[in-house]
Amino acid sequence: MFRILQKIMTTGMVTENYDAASLPVRFRGEVIVADSPCITCQECSDACPTGALALLNGKMTINQRACIFCGRCVEICEQQMLRQTDNYKLAELSGQLQETGGRLRDRIIKTLGRSLAIRHLDVGSCNACDWEMTALNNPLYDLQQYGIDFVASPRHADLLMVTGVVTRNLTQALLMTYEATPTPKLVMAVGACAASGRTFGASYAIRGGVDKFVPVDIYVPGCPPRPQALLYGLMLALDRLK
Amino acid sequence: MIKNFTVSVKDLPATANVCYSKSQHGLMAMFANDERTLNGNFAIYCLFDGADKGELLLVKALLDAEQPLEFPSLTPIIPAAAWYEREINDLFGLTPVGHPDLRPLVLHENWPAGIYPLRKDFDSQTVVPDAARKFPVAHAHGEGVFEVPVGPIHAGIIEPGHFRFSQAGEAIIRLDAKLFFTHRGIEKAMEGLTVDQAIYRAERICGACSVSNALSFSLAVENITGVEIPERARWIRILVAELERLYNHVGDVGNLCAGLGFAVGVSNGARLKEHLMRLNEYITGNRFLRGMVIPGGVRFDVPGDLLLKIDKALGRLEPDFLQVVELLRENEAFLNRVNTTGILPNRAAKDLGVVGVAARASGIDYDLRRDKPYGGYDQTDFSVPVYHSGDVAARLWVRVDETLESIQIARLMIERITAAKAILAVPIPAAIPYSSGIGWSESARGSNVHWLMLAEGNRIYRHFVRSASYPNWPALTVAAPGNIIPDFPLVNKSFELCYACLDR
Repeated sequence: MFRILQKIMTTGMVTENYDAASLPVRFRGEVIVADSPCITCQECSDACPTGALALLNGKMTINQRACIFCGRCVEICEQQMLRQTDNYKLAELSGQLQETGGRLRDRIIKTLGRSLAIRHLDVGSCNACDWEMTALNNPLYDLQQYGIDFVASPRHADLLMVTGVVTRNLTQALLMTYEATPTPKLVMAVGACAASGRTFGASYAIRGGVDKFVPVDIYVPGCPPRPQALLYGLMLALDRLK
Repeated sequence: MIKNFTVSVKDLPATANVCYSKSQHGLMAMFANDERTLNGNFAIYCLFDGADKGELLLVKALLDAEQPLEFPSLTPIIPAAAWYEREINDLFGLTPVGHPDLRPLVLHENWPAGIYPLRKDFDSQTVVPDAARKFPVAHAHGEGVFEVPVGPIHAGIIEPGHFRFSQAGEAIIRLDAKLFFTHRGIEKAMEGLTVDQAIYRAERICGACSVSNALSFSLAVENITGVEIPERARWIRILVAELERLYNHVGDVGNLCAGLGFAVGVSNGARLKEHLMRLNEYITGNRFLRGMVIPGGVRFDVPGDLLLKIDKALGRLEPDFLQVVELLRENEAFLNRVNTTGILPNRAAKDLGVVGVAARASGIDYDLRRDKPYGGYDQTDFSVPVYHSGDVAARLWVRVDETLESIQIARLMIERITAAKAILAVPIPAAIPYSSGIGWSESARGSNVHWLMLAEGNRIYRHFVRSASYPNWPALTVAAPGNIIPDFPLVNKSFELCYACLDR
C-alpha cells in the first residue's frame, strides 16, 4: 500500500490539455495540392493505395476521408506539387450537425448538455482506431475531464464511435446497435476505413463505409486518427472549441 | 532454410505425420492455393517447423481438380490442423474427409453455401446474396446448465467476437468462440496488387501487429526475389519490431490489471504505453510505427538525434516500468487473482501449436527470433523467458521479462545503426512468375507467417497470412473452462489476442 501511494506521489499529475504535446517533425498529416504547375500525369493517383486522389474538373483533389496519410503520393510526384503538412485537425461535420443553419445542432447540444456518453462499435477495423480510443482513457488525455465517457451499452449512449470498414459479418451488429441507441443520437466515423470504406479496396467480405448504412454526423480522417484528432472531432461536434 | 516436398493428396497424412514427428514445434500453418490455371491442381500447403535451427519443412499436396475436391483430414493426427482445414473448406470448397468438426468458421450464416471466394474463378466484384445458413455454436447439456452469450459487441472498447459460455453456476464448463466478424477478405483483396502497393494493406491487417505484418510480408518478398537488404535497414527493422513489442507488452501488463480492477496498474500501464506511442510517432510519423518497413529495406532513416531520443526514452521507461511491476509482485490480492487462474496445460499448448507469450508461459521454449532467426536476429543475443505454470501469472511474467529483453535489444540496435552505412533500401527485382516464398517474424503475440506467390510484374497471385492469434484462439477455449466466469476477462486479457489479425 505504501509503495502504491509512493508511486502515485512520485509520478504526479500527468493529465494535459488535449493538444498540448508538441507535434513530431515526421508526423504525417494532411496532404495539400498546389494550384500549379500540376501536369495531371496522375502518377500520384495511380500510386495511392486507397484511391484517395483523383482528377476533379482537371484538378488533382484529395479525398481526406479515404487518405491513409502514407505519403506515397508526395514521394512519387516529380513536380513536387504535393506537400504533407502536420495538420491532423481534419474532422468534418455532416448530417444533423450541419443541417438547417445549425439550429438542429444547437438543439442536440442543448439536449446532451455538458456531458456525452459514447459507445464504441467496431464494424471491421484493424484495431488501431480502437486502441487510440482506448488511449483517450489514459491519464494523459483523461477523456472524463471533458464530461465525456465511454459507456457499456448503446442504450446509454448519445454517440456511436464506429471504426472499420463495414464487413459482411458485422452488418447486422451495426444496424442493431444503431437501432438500440436512443434518439437524439450522433454517429462518428472514426478513421479511413469507417469514413470511406476503401482501405482494402473491393472484397467479397467488405460492404463499404459506415455512411452506406447509417447516417454519419462526424467524419474523423486518419489511419488511425491520433487521440488528439479524435478529441478535436468530439470538441468540434459539441461546439466546445473555444 | 526451407525444405520443400511435393506429394499427391492421398500421401499427405503419411508425409505430414513424418514431418510432424520430426518437428520442434509442430504445424505452423496450413493453407490452400488455386493453381488450376498453372498445373490443373488445387494445392494444399502444410508448413512445419523443422528440428534444426532455422529449418522449416513445406509440404505441398496436389489435389487434381478433375477428381473429387477432397483430401484426407490431418486433424485426427495433428489437432492444430482443425481450424486451418475448416478455413480451407470455407474459402476453397476443398473438403477435409474425416474432420471431426466441420462447422463453418470464416464465412458466417449470411454466406450462401457452394460459393468459394478464394478460388480464382470467383470475381471480387461479384455481389453475393445474403443467405441464412446454420451456424451452430457448441454448448454443454445437463440439468441446471445454462448459457451466457456475450458479443459480438462488447461492453468495453474491444474488438468483436461472440463467446458462448455453458455454465454450471459460476463455473465455466464449456466455451465456444464465434470469431471472424472482422473478416475483410484481405487475402483476396491483395491479389493483383504489386508488392509496393500491397505493403500498405499488409501493414493494416492489424494495428497492434503493424510492424510484424509488414516485416513478414517484406521478408516473403525478399525470400522470393533473393534480395539482401542493407545492414542499416536490418537494424532499423529490428529496432521498430522491438519497439512494437515494447508498447504492446507494457500496455498489456497494464490492461491485464483492468481484468481484475486494479486501477493503479491500469493507469500506469496506459501512461507508459502512451509515452511509447508518442516516441513511435517521432520515429515513423505514425503511432503504430506504420510506414517504416517496406520490401527491400526501410523508408526512413533513424538519424543520431532520434537515436539519442529513443535511448533517453528507454532510460526513463525501464525504472518506471520496474516500479509498476513491483506494485503487482508484492500485492497479495493481485497475486491471488492471477496465480492458478486460466491454466493452459503444456500438452494442450503443444497439440494446438500455440505460439508466443502463451506458449512460453506453458513451458514451451520457443521463439522464432532465436529458433528460426530472420532479418539479423541471429547476430543478436537475448534470452527467452520460459515459465511452466501456464496460468495468467505466467503469461504476465513472460511479458515483464520480455519487456526488459526488448529494451536491451533496442539499445544494441541503437549502437549498430550508429555504426552502419546510410543505405536504407534496395530495389526489388522482378520475381520469376509463380514463384513463392515465406516470411516470418515474432510479433508481440508470437509467430507471424506470410506466404506469397507472385505472378508477372511482381503482382500478388496469392497471399496467405497466419498471425500469432490464429493458433492461440483455440487455446483460450481450453484455458477458460474450470474457471469462474468473472475471471474470463482476466484470462482473455492474459492471452491478449488480436481479432483483426485472425479474421483478416
